[in-house]
Amino acid sequence: MTTATSYMLEVKDIHATIGESEDLTQILKGINLSVKAGEVHAIMGPNGSGKSTLSKVIAGHPDFKVSKGEVLFNGENILELEADERSRKGIFLGFQYPVEIPGVNNAEFLRMAYNQRRKAEGKEEADPLDFEEILDSKMKALDMDSRYKERSINEGFSGGEKKRNEILQMAILDPALAILDETDSGLDVDALKVVAGGINRLRGPGKAIVLITHYQRLLDYVQPDVVHVLSGGRIVKTGGKDLALEVEKQGYDWLVK
Amino acid sequence: MENAANKNPIPAPADATFAPTAPVPGAPAGAVAPGLAGEEYKYGFTTQVEMETFGKGLSEDVIRAISRKKNEPPFLLDFRLKAYKKWLTMQEPNWAHVKYPAINYQDIVYFAEPKKRPTLTGLDEVDPEILKTFEKLGIPLDEQKRLSNVAVDAVFDSVSVATTHKKKLMESGVIFCSISEAVHEYPELIEEYLGSVVPVADNFYAALNSAVFTDGSFVYIPPGTKCPMELSTYFRINTEESGQFERTLIICAEGSYVSYLEGCTAPKFDTNQLHAAVVELVTLDNAEIKYSTVQNWYSGDPQTGKGGIYNFVTKRGKCLGKKSKISWTQVETGSAITWKYPSCILVGDESVGEFYSVALTAGHMQADTGSKMIHLGKNTKSSIISKGIASDFSSNAYRGLVRIAKNATGARNYSQCDSMLVGHNSSAHTFPYIETGNAGSQVEHEASTSKISEDQLFYFQSRGIPREEAISMIVNGFCKDVFNQLPMEFAVEAQKLLSLKLENSVG
Ligand SMILES: Nc1ncnc2c1ncn2[C@@H]1O[C@H](COP(=O)(O)OP(=O)(O)OP(=O)(O)O)[C@@H](O)[C@H]1O
Ligand SMILES: [Mg+2]
Repeated sequence: MTTATSYMLEVKDIHATIGESEDLTQILKGINLSVKAGEVHAIMGPNGSGKSTLSKVIAGHPDFKVSKGEVLFNGENILELEADERSRKGIFLGFQYPVEIPGVNNAEFLRMAYNQRRKAEGKEEADPLDFEEILDSKMKALDMDSRYKERSINEGFSGGEKKRNEILQMAILDPALAILDETDSGLDVDALKVVAGGINRLRGPGKAIVLITHYQRLLDYVQPDVVHVLSGGRIVKTGGKDLALEVEKQGYDWLVK
Repeated sequence: MENAANKNPIPAPADATFAPTAPVPGAPAGAVAPGLAGEEYKYGFTTQVEMETFGKGLSEDVIRAISRKKNEPPFLLDFRLKAYKKWLTMQEPNWAHVKYPAINYQDIVYFAEPKKRPTLTGLDEVDPEILKTFEKLGIPLDEQKRLSNVAVDAVFDSVSVATTHKKKLMESGVIFCSISEAVHEYPELIEEYLGSVVPVADNFYAALNSAVFTDGSFVYIPPGTKCPMELSTYFRINTEESGQFERTLIICAEGSYVSYLEGCTAPKFDTNQLHAAVVELVTLDNAEIKYSTVQNWYSGDPQTGKGGIYNFVTKRGKCLGKKSKISWTQVETGSAITWKYPSCILVGDESVGEFYSVALTAGHMQADTGSKMIHLGKNTKSSIISKGIASDFSSNAYRGLVRIAKNATGARNYSQCDSMLVGHNSSAHTFPYIETGNAGSQVEHEASTSKISEDQLFYFQSRGIPREEAISMIVNGFCKDVFNQLPMEFAVEAQKLLSLKLENSVG
């Protein structure tokens, strides 16, 4: 291991639980993960192994309690920070199941998020017209119809539309670290290409991307540098991009004792 | 509050009781010394003005004194006395879903007015402190500073202190003045319509108001006239022991239209103040009144629930004419207790009643609010859209009645009552009553209760939006259908108010 600062994200021996007293369940049982700027990591693993939980612990979901370990972002322990503070530092989570928010306009929400980020960077808020331009160009790049601006956040969106909306939010916020939880699930072939294009546009020397996925097909478009397999709340195997191909062929049985 | 006038709970009847009161309780010594007016402002947000008030208490003599003080015609004194006699026989309603200690009606001041009254010619005679108060509240009364498209009647404690843009309105025949002035200038209209929508004995608080009301606004829109600007009344309670009993009457003659806005605030006191207003609206054939309220009376200490306004108000409109329309929009964000059911009596055939409401309760507030739609005419239509938000330890109830009379064939109603809970200690209730007297009518009722979920808040937060702002965005989104009904300026103010109120609520 090199010095802490050379990694953008360091997850160290994270143990996480959900629930209280009798209902308490241990989900993550000592996860270690180190991601450098410029890298793309993929996390695979059976259903219920803890992938989404890991992503939410990093992003700061208050339902999950960290009983042991730490999460460093650019060398700073972020576990005490609220989710919105972590986001403003440059962490983005693309949800496996984006939640619907009736009554709140999608474009307004995006502008609000964008301006929060700008404020945190000490920049002036964008005026609505300037933001509209930015939004329009990002939507065009993701082949999204402008009527999604007027709709309530994710309300009545199809599964694929929700995922595309997540990538739109990522493009607007331009995070340093993007954790994308099964953003490829539920996408048709064309949508997959569009979404992969969005991810590749983010990719760059100052950025890190963690892709949680069940399928090789996304990794065909976005080639990972490192692949991890998570099972039973632990990372049981780490390898290169060939590991994903092996999982695709053989499943997880050979990895899970 | 132990000043001489208050020791005797029932004041002497003579005019001798019109002693100038001491400064508002808690005011720094010397605050009202004459000649120091300019210096008084550093002392917080209770305005120090020289007031004339009656001692506490209510009796026939007090009512006669109010009437005499205002130099009223005999019909109005009769109206008041009739109401008072009824009130003495009535019981305070106890069916509302609210709790509060018994009110001692002898412990209230029924008349308080600033010593310096306005004249008809302008604002010169108004106590400059009052002008400053309204300016501070964002309601400058100086016509030069006013938005040119809104006329304001400013009511300070019991009395209308100024009405702007009167001349300009007069050019189109629109009458907009204080009700006291209308009693003298247009007694026939007052005699015909006062109490025609809310009879003196309608309910306990309305009877009390009819007996002791001191001021309020009067509007008359002549036939075929669209009022050239928005009219508004701004109510300010300032004196700690006084009740506010204002009375508003709006008449829209055939084919006329007016949009009327009402705003309210009060300073913080540890005690409760009673606000028992009556508002009556009348529309003749093809006329329309759009009545909007943003109510932000002091709601008491958010932690202890101490203090705040008891807002016990009767608001009712009568669509007398064919194809006439009355539309109520209310945003209720204040008051310790709200008891309020703006209603429509749809008399004229094809008349339309609407009620759009946002009621937010926070801290220890309690609200029991809703609407009544009484369908008497044929093919009458009504709709009710109610959004209740309860946070902290508050309780929020919707109560509504839709009644379709036997002869009201083809009547239709649509009601939608949605509640949203914020946090774990608040409660929401819905009490809809439907009475249909004929089979040819159609009544639809929808209701829902939702809660802001942790996952929704996390979604916002994961995009960098703080929790409080997320709550306020979700709540504002929930209320959108109602805000859309408000005039632009008011909609913005209403949204800000909600956000402010929710700021300290736990998610
Ligand atoms: N809110 C919750 N309450 C109770 N149990 C939970 C909660 N969230 C997750 N779990 C449990 O934690 C375990 C890990 O769930 P998680 O969603 O992290 O799995 P995953 O690896 O993302 O699975 P999938 O591939 O199906 O998305 C599962 O057994 C799940 O049931
Ligand atoms: Mg998952």
